Amino acid sequence: MAAESRNRGTTLDLELINSIHINRSALERRAGSLPKRRAVKSDWQVAWMLHAIRCIDLTTLAGDDTPGRVLRISQKAIRPIRSDLLSALDLDVDTIHCASVCVYHNMVETVAKSVQGSPVGTCAVSTGFPAGHIPHHQKLEQIEASVADGATEIDIVVSRSNVLRNDWQALYDEVKDFRQSCGDAHLKTILATGELASLKQVAQASQVCMMAGADFIKTSTGKESVNATLPVGLVMARAIRDFYERTGNKVGFKPAGGIAKAKDAVTWLAMMKEELGEEWMRPNLFRIGASSLLGDIERQLEFHLSGHYSAANRHPMA
Amino acid sequence: MAVKEILESLDWGPAPESDKFAREWLDQHGPSFGMYINGKWVTPESGENFESFNPATGELLGTISQAGESEVNSAVAAARDALPSWSSSPGHVRARYLYAIARQVQKHHRLLAVIETLDNGKPIRETRDADVPLVARHFYHHAGWAQLFDETFPGFGPVGVCGQVIPWNFPLLMLAWKIAPALAAGNTVVLKPAEFTSISALVFAEICNSVGLPPGVVNIVTGDGKTGALITEHSDIDKVAFTGSTEVGRIIRKATAGSGKGLTLELGGKSPFIVFEDADIDSAIEGLVNAIWFNQGQVCCAGSRLLVQESISERFHEKLRSRMAKLRVGNPMNKAIDMGAIVDESQRETIEDLCKLGCDEGGDMWQPSTELPEQGCFFPPTLFTNVSPSSTIVQEEVFGPVLVSLTFRNHKEAISLANNTRYGLAGSVWSQDIDTALEVARSIRAGAIWVNCTNQFDANAGFGGYRESGFGREGGREGMYAYMRPLSNETNTEKMVDSGEQKSISNPPTNDAETVDRTAKMYIGGKQKRPDGGYTMDVTGPSGTVGQVGRGNRKDIRDAVEAASGATKWATTNAHTRSQILYYIAENLEQRSAEFARRISAMTGLNTDDAESEVADAVSEWFRWAAWADKYDGAVHETTMHGLVLALNEPLGVVGVICGDERPLCGFTRLVAPLIAMGNSVIAVPSQSNPLAATDLYQVLETSDLPDGVLNIVTGIHSEFVPALSAHDGVDSMWVGAGDVDEVQIASVSNMKRVWKVNMDASGEEFLRQSTHVKNIWLPHGV
Repeated sequence: MAAESRNRGTTLDLELINSIHINRSALERRAGSLPKRRAVKSDWQVAWMLHAIRCIDLTTLAGDDTPGRVLRISQKAIRPIRSDLLSALDLDVDTIHCASVCVYHNMVETVAKSVQGSPVGTCAVSTGFPAGHIPHHQKLEQIEASVADGATEIDIVVSRSNVLRNDWQALYDEVKDFRQSCGDAHLKTILATGELASLKQVAQASQVCMMAGADFIKTSTGKESVNATLPVGLVMARAIRDFYERTGNKVGFKPAGGIAKAKDAVTWLAMMKEELGEEWMRPNLFRIGASSLLGDIERQLEFHLSGHYSAANRHPMA
Repeated sequence: MAVKEILESLDWGPAPESDKFAREWLDQHGPSFGMYINGKWVTPESGENFESFNPATGELLGTISQAGESEVNSAVAAARDALPSWSSSPGHVRARYLYAIARQVQKHHRLLAVIETLDNGKPIRETRDADVPLVARHFYHHAGWAQLFDETFPGFGPVGVCGQVIPWNFPLLMLAWKIAPALAAGNTVVLKPAEFTSISALVFAEICNSVGLPPGVVNIVTGDGKTGALITEHSDIDKVAFTGSTEVGRIIRKATAGSGKGLTLELGGKSPFIVFEDADIDSAIEGLVNAIWFNQGQVCCAGSRLLVQESISERFHEKLRSRMAKLRVGNPMNKAIDMGAIVDESQRETIEDLCKLGCDEGGDMWQPSTELPEQGCFFPPTLFTNVSPSSTIVQEEVFGPVLVSLTFRNHKEAISLANNTRYGLAGSVWSQDIDTALEVARSIRAGAIWVNCTNQFDANAGFGGYRESGFGREGGREGMYAYMRPLSNETNTEKMVDSGEQKSISNPPTNDAETVDRTAKMYIGGKQKRPDGGYTMDVTGPSGTVGQVGRGNRKDIRDAVEAASGATKWATTNAHTRSQILYYIAENLEQRSAEFARRISAMTGLNTDDAESEVADAVSEWFRWAAWADKYDGAVHETTMHGLVLALNEPLGVVGVICGDERPLCGFTRLVAPLIAMGNSVIAVPSQSNPLAATDLYQVLETSDLPDGVLNIVTGIHSEFVPALSAHDGVDSMWVGAGDVDEVQIASVSNMKRVWKVNMDASGEEFLRQSTHVKNIWLPHGV
């Protein structure tokens, strides 16, 4: 991604933040009908599922992660699909790869080395992920350390207390600092929407993060009890559209947590196309944070090619 | 297209629904379809039929029978024969049939959805996700009313044989709305689907057959408007229910006038969709998609009139246009299409003509560069701006995917614009501010108001209109009343006392020498007004002239309606206050009971005791309705939506009341007091023979704090001004307690006012139901 395409951010516009109106029930109705309004079938479904892979930040965020395990994930991200399946679709082997591998700071170096020379990025969760309850200066140090280890993308968590107390200035300042510490690495801001008070706060926090210079806004850490839901996604996608219409800055969107089925991934893509247009379906503006999604897509793809249902052991594990 | 290319373009691609099973059904039953009469499939004697097409492709689906007189006769006769045993079967038995029908609809839901889409052209997504599930829900819900009929509606029975004529926009759903409540209450039916869309009704007939519904309980006859007229005008039909255009509704109103048939009409609309600056704009725009582009805008309650607050109008329209550009129009059998085909070329032309007129009148028409299929009957989503209430396209129902947009400055203007229509079917209000939303929702004169949502339907929330959108409700408890009648009073409803002949004025007045001459004038707007014509007439009793009253004419009616229309504040005066004023009227009346009793004696020849007892009864009657004023509660409906659906009993507005001769004071009170108690303004026409009991009330009213214009009284010779009252467009309803109800009904077509042929012995609740109509306010919620 060229540096000039990044979100330059704006000043904090509190008047705008305070004039945001969100109606949950209407969003739920839209979220309920959208997957049915925009079914994608046959070859199109295959293409969309393959494309979903290109948007995946393949993620492992477990206490028992080891370099060996992370290495496997990195290799899977580079070659996510069996080459015979790709050939059958008349696609080159290097057409399809995940967008990045997403890990804790301690694993960043392993990933960076493993994906070196490939188009796959190295993504670090940061700033005291997932709760974010560490001192601010330590958060900045963590970002800088991950960037130094080779991270090209940093997923930060916002201080939920700033959002819950509507302290937009504090949120803005915090994210602006994170952005500065990122340097050339791209900044994704995790709102942890499952812990916010309302969809209105989701919209407000989205706007503040974008004003502060976030390259992406992201729904969840995957550790909250409620992860990425379509109504939340709609709110954030619409916030992105609004920000773009007002400032000309294109900010990406990353739903994360609980997206495990190929069908769900296609629905998220459909939502992006409907609300933001085809440009926002590309990996520079759309990511899916997921770990088990890839396995389901592989099986679905094989089903489409062979006509019978596939099994997990037929696909290389991560 | 190869996967490789799609990976680049990320196009949608087609998502076709299979029509395999629907084709099989059509092949098995077609190509020429019969009708379902008395449990048998029959073809018309005449051999007449017409063709039915798929509007999306122009393909012929089959030929449909045209029912003539003989078929309609045998269908009505079959329904009549089936009535005694069906209506006397226990509620539980009827419930089992309705339940079985609901189950069958669910089991065959995809077949029904596909047939409906092939026949009507609406997207399979809608028939599958909206029409058919609502049909099943409707039968389940009404299985419940059948089960609970005796315990919920004691004293009520079915109306009898119902003739039902339905439109083409929701063929199966409208059938369900008609048949389910009719059967639940024990009626039998003859139903005619619209000629463009007959086939799903035939599938339904097969379902009735398969569940063993007794022959004659449901009869489906097919045909065009001529067949419809044969049904609605049939002498052995007890009740007519019609959904369709206001134009045809008028014809039916006229045709059924004076026939004694029950009638409910669900007609056109031009429903407002109001967006305030504090709304969730993106959600409101998505709401508009459902409001006006659902079913290609061929929806009677379509939110076709956008009212958007001026402060956000520019941004709103920008967003709206980009949303419109994303709508996909095309083959309705594609599951991912937003808009399918218009039902018929004739309808498409009507839409086109209205759009052309809109442009000719200076409106700016905008359509996205949406690709339309080369074949078939399609029309793109359309937006009109730069229009005003004086534009034809803002007033006329288009019944197509055409939205007109106006702006407003504040909520008051929004309400005025919203109500500036002949119609009153529905409305939608978008605001995150609960005060704004509720205030506006209550102020729109329409039967269904959706707050931050639109086009929500449920079997348990009555649907129906105000004003020229018709009368009667479909769905829920309020809808059941359209298919029931009180059992005990059947004979009384026919025993209406006609107004007496005009009496000669040759008798000299025999005023009591001890009293000063009293000249009763009209009572209009809280003042005693001389009759416009300047004539006075004598009122005579058994022993000669007892007084004089003004001889009213149409100008007195005009003034009275004007006064009543100006008294609308009464409708929002709180019920406690209304009740207090009615009690006060009773109190003041009682103080003068001796005087009133003398007057009644003089007019009617009653002995003193009986006259006194009538006054006492009248006092009690005022007490009765004063007591009811704050007790006729609305309801909170249980529906499938997460939120509240508030059913409010709202006053009708301005009501004309024609009183009979019997018990001139007490009868007058029984008609006038419940209407006033419920917040209506009334133009009362007292008994022609015995009007003085009413005119004597002037002073009572004046001392009782009743606001000016709430009760207006016009005396005289009924035939000289009742026609003007019945035809007045400012009158919302007529209560006919004397004279020819058919003349009133015929005159009522000008604005489709509700007419009640008064049954003096009806229950209190019946009087209150006739004094009000139900508005359902849908309030979804969530944080």
